Amino acid sequence: MTATDLTPRPGAAPVGRMLLAQTALETRMLLRNGEQLLLTVVIPTVLLVLFSAVDVVAVDGPGKRVDFLAPGLLALAVMSTAFTGQAIATGFERRYGVLKRLGATPLPRWALLTAKTGCVLVTELLQVLLLSAIALGLGWSPHGNPLAVLLLLVLGTAAFSGLGLLMAGTLRAEATLAGANLVFILLLLAGGVVVPLSKFPDAVRPVLELLPISALSDGLRSVLQLGHGTPWADLGILAVWSVLGLAAAARFFRWE
Amino acid sequence: MHADPAVEVTGLVKRYGDKTAVDGLDLAIARGSVTAVLGPNGAGKTTTIETCEGYRRPDAGTVRVLGLDPVAQAGRLRPRIGVMLQSGGVYAGARALEMLRHTAALYADPLPVGPLAERLGLDSCGRTPYRRLSGGQQQRLALAMAVVGRPELVFLDEPTAGLDPQARRATWELVSELRAAGVTVVLTTHQMDEAEQLADDVAIVDRGRVIAQGSPDELRGSDAQLRFDGPAGLDLAGLRKVLPDAASVTEAAPGSYRVEAALDAALLAAVTGWCADAGVMPDKLAVQRRSLEDVFLDLTGRELR
Repeated sequence: MTATDLTPRPGAAPVGRMLLAQTALETRMLLRNGEQLLLTVVIPTVLLVLFSAVDVVAVDGPGKRVDFLAPGLLALAVMSTAFTGQAIATGFERRYGVLKRLGATPLPRWALLTAKTGCVLVTELLQVLLLSAIALGLGWSPHGNPLAVLLLLVLGTAAFSGLGLLMAGTLRAEATLAGANLVFILLLLAGGVVVPLSKFPDAVRPVLELLPISALSDGLRSVLQLGHGTPWADLGILAVWSVLGLAAAARFFRWE
Repeated sequence: MHADPAVEVTGLVKRYGDKTAVDGLDLAIARGSVTAVLGPNGAGKTTTIETCEGYRRPDAGTVRVLGLDPVAQAGRLRPRIGVMLQSGGVYAGARALEMLRHTAALYADPLPVGPLAERLGLDSCGRTPYRRLSGGQQQRLALAMAVVGRPELVFLDEPTAGLDPQARRATWELVSELRAAGVTVVLTTHQMDEAEQLADDVAIVDRGRVIAQGSPDELRGSDAQLRFDGPAGLDLAGLRKVLPDAASVTEAAPGSYRVEAALDAALLAAVTGWCADAGVMPDKLAVQRRSLEDVFLDLTGRELR
């Protein structure tokens, strides 16, 4: 055993290095976690392939079944990572004192949250590449302006991150686990992901259309399936959810 | 050596709801010293430490750590301190060495990770995810994370709780080396021998206040007890005559004698000399100092809480 030179030489690493290290660690933790991969990769992929091949859900609009389904499952992918996955992971990090311990390091809180966002964006990029490749293999022919798609994905990510962090920062980890999964399934069924909102009764449809998942799937569908211009109404709904969710998370998030 | 203390707590009050965890606590910790904070469960040790670490805002009083306010000036303080929490603090799926390397990456000039992991016995479990480490391995990882950034001041909350004797020894050695390198160490513990071995200074906390502070020797005081066994019913008046007036001599049980006094060699010689004159063999002759545990129990009481 050699003696270690323990002479104090304190100091924070450059903030860029901290950000990069934290983003890489968060991303590795997510990709190593089986349950997270089930949620973010397996479920959207299976739904895309299954419902494209088998006529179990009545799709809407022009083109093949995959032209309706692909935008919905891209929306689901964003929700699975930014909301469900992030809420569950952050909830358990809070419970196990990870957020508390990181709070005693030189890593600023804003950098921790930026790293979490970076991890979500990296994961979403991988999801979009995977789902697009599969959809194209199934004969998908996307339309529209890629920038409008990007804008929808970014605002969708902001809206779902705010809601996910709000849940993770206020509820017990077990409650977050149960709640985030429940919300995932409810919004999967009632948010225009695989079941068109036109199939729902007129009384509930206007309410469902205001959900962030509906705005995201509808916006993506209007661009990618119908070739419409920038869907401002859907972007507006997502912007409102983003502001409300992030503000509430900033106000109520408890680190311990 | 700086003249101003590493930690200065004045009149600290911290309440949780209607429960007062810390109730007007004063504590000064000298730079470069090892200070053990002792106290029964619920005495306010962890709350005090966590206020110094910037996790809690005082309800009253002031806290200065390295001259800084731990909440308002957290950004300047955090790079200079190392923290070991009582438990947790690591991603369940992170591997031991991965987490230590990551923590190192947050500091400007960290210790080399490999040798540090080796000396704390973390190299053999370096690829094991945190949730599958033993309790002792988790403790040692937390200790390594507290020192890897080359801090000036480390806070260790029960660093040896649940460790086997080898790991406890490795922890003690590291603390001694930190002290030798000029690092200030503040640790909490329930183990009196740990405080006696390691600490320059001991602060005993009870009911949210520091009720005694000093070096282990100062706290134990100079009083000691001399014990010996002999025939029952010795005439102690003769012994009292050869001892100083302040000494007390009793037969605690038949044939079992106690001399309580400021002990020195002359007093010991006086006792054995009297025994020789009386033709008594002082069997099981022993000098017993008060242990820190005796001091602790005298100050904080013996009842369970």
